Amino acid sequence: MKLLLLLPFLGLLWVPFYNQAAPDLFGFPFFYWYQILWVPVSSLLTFIVWRATGRTGDGSDGA
Amino acid sequence: MISDNIDWTAFAVFVFFFLLVSVMGFVAARWHKPKTLAHIDEWGMGGRQFGTWITWFLVGGDFYTAYTVIAVPALVYAVGAYGFFALPYTILVYPIVFSIMPRLWAVAAKAGHVTAADVVFARYGSRKLELAVAITGVIATMPYIALQLIGMEVVIKALGLNGEIPLIVAFLILAFYTYSAGLRAPALIAFVKDIMIYIVVLVAVAIIPLKLGGYSAVFAAADAAFHAKGSGGIILAPAQYLPYATLALGSAMAAFMYPHTLTGIFASASGETIRKNAILLPAYTLLLGLIALMGYMAYAAGIKPATANDVVPTLFKALFPGWFAGFAFAAIAIGALVPAAVMSIGAANLFTRNFWKAYVNPAVSPAGEAAVAKTVSLVVKLGALAFILLLDNSVALNLQLLGGLWILQTFPAVVFGLFTRWFSGPALLAGWAVGFLGGSYVAWTDGLKPLHTIAFGGGSYTLYVGVLALVANVVVAAVLSAVLGGVRRGVARAA
Repeated sequence: MKLLLLLPFLGLLWVPFYNQAAPDLFGFPFFYWYQILWVPVSSLLTFIVWRATGRTGDGSDGA
Repeated sequence: MISDNIDWTAFAVFVFFFLLVSVMGFVAARWHKPKTLAHIDEWGMGGRQFGTWITWFLVGGDFYTAYTVIAVPALVYAVGAYGFFALPYTILVYPIVFSIMPRLWAVAAKAGHVTAADVVFARYGSRKLELAVAITGVIATMPYIALQLIGMEVVIKALGLNGEIPLIVAFLILAFYTYSAGLRAPALIAFVKDIMIYIVVLVAVAIIPLKLGGYSAVFAAADAAFHAKGSGGIILAPAQYLPYATLALGSAMAAFMYPHTLTGIFASASGETIRKNAILLPAYTLLLGLIALMGYMAYAAGIKPATANDVVPTLFKALFPGWFAGFAFAAIAIGALVPAAVMSIGAANLFTRNFWKAYVNPAVSPAGEAAVAKTVSLVVKLGALAFILLLDNSVALNLQLLGGLWILQTFPAVVFGLFTRWFSGPALLAGWAVGFLGGSYVAWTDGLKPLHTIAFGGGSYTLYVGVLALVANVVVAAVLSAVLGGVRRGVARAA
């Protein structure tokens, strides 16, 4: 499940994949809206991992 | 000190908000009433009790600094798409925070650690490695504080105030309330600052494109301007792929190694607080992406800023009425106060715990630690002020650039030990030295540029020098750990 956290790295560090103007969305070239879209996607992936693994018992909750 | 073109409405709004947060800064000492502020956990960490929302505002206010609001659009204005690396950087930072920081928090909370260097000393028993991490933290932070002052300077100038006196006054107010209230002051002010910044940016990104003919017009104007200029562009050149990716990754790994961001982490109430924040803090990244686009809006608006740093203030003055420009400038100036306060507290904590307690007075009481840290926080801020007043601003910029490289070199020492006992203290120290000195040397010979080109396997690759230094750092640490043995064997031998 934690591997989901690697997806943003794949999606954002492989630059040639998204370095283009088309297709555009609301006037934003692809390069821009694609990266901006990763903000909520990355947050959502982290949320999923948190719900699945959450309090992992690594003592990080003051217990 | 007051020029003829001062906009009195803007000025009045600015002063009102600045005074408001100054009062809040002093009142903050009574917030979440501690029994005493004369304890480093209280002064320097706000009592380690900040829940999800306070942490969200504090870390958001602390990580997305005033300088970011000025410098990111400035870079986008100057070079185009390349300046946008701040976006992947501030996206990738959160999976990293989620994976690492709850563990670091747990180790620190259990043993009462206040700084990253405390954690490192407890793990490896090496005073030298502790000192290396502490010194790196302090010297990487100093120019960062100076940059906040530059951010403040830019908006003060935009208000029509000349000279250095307004800057000095603003900074002295900051220094005094940080001295008296500690981390509670920036935590409380961060609420106001962040809400103001959100208002400013949301209004700006909604209204400016309306005035300029929509986002497609904004991008088209920028594209045309870069073509006319013959450099930069709204899409990256292939040679920029690797620099873009490595700057984003290196910056993301470095971001939470800084004393000011770590202070926000250590001050959290629990690991869950940090995990929730790794999910919620990206809201600020969305904001940053929109702020970055102001660099392009400047082209569409046809403004001619004196320097790239003046893009945002000039844009606001050109497109908004005085009162809103004043509100925006106040938001940016207050945006400088929060990180500057937390940075000086983080640096002061390092000095107190890892130098004063380690070498000068090992028997110092928590109250004594708080007293030392308070004084050091003043010295640090005055140092940054002197830096800006006496030296050229480019010195602070160059040093801040090196600071990113430096702080990244503490990553292995601080983080690896949370997951494995395989690495040894001396090996990590050697790795740090190679990364720190080697990286600085390479950056220096490149004329203090963040990028370095290496020839490898018949091709040449240009990448962020911080990442290059980190690779060398990790290789040295790994090889020497294999030779010397990990921390358990190392400690056993020493005992």
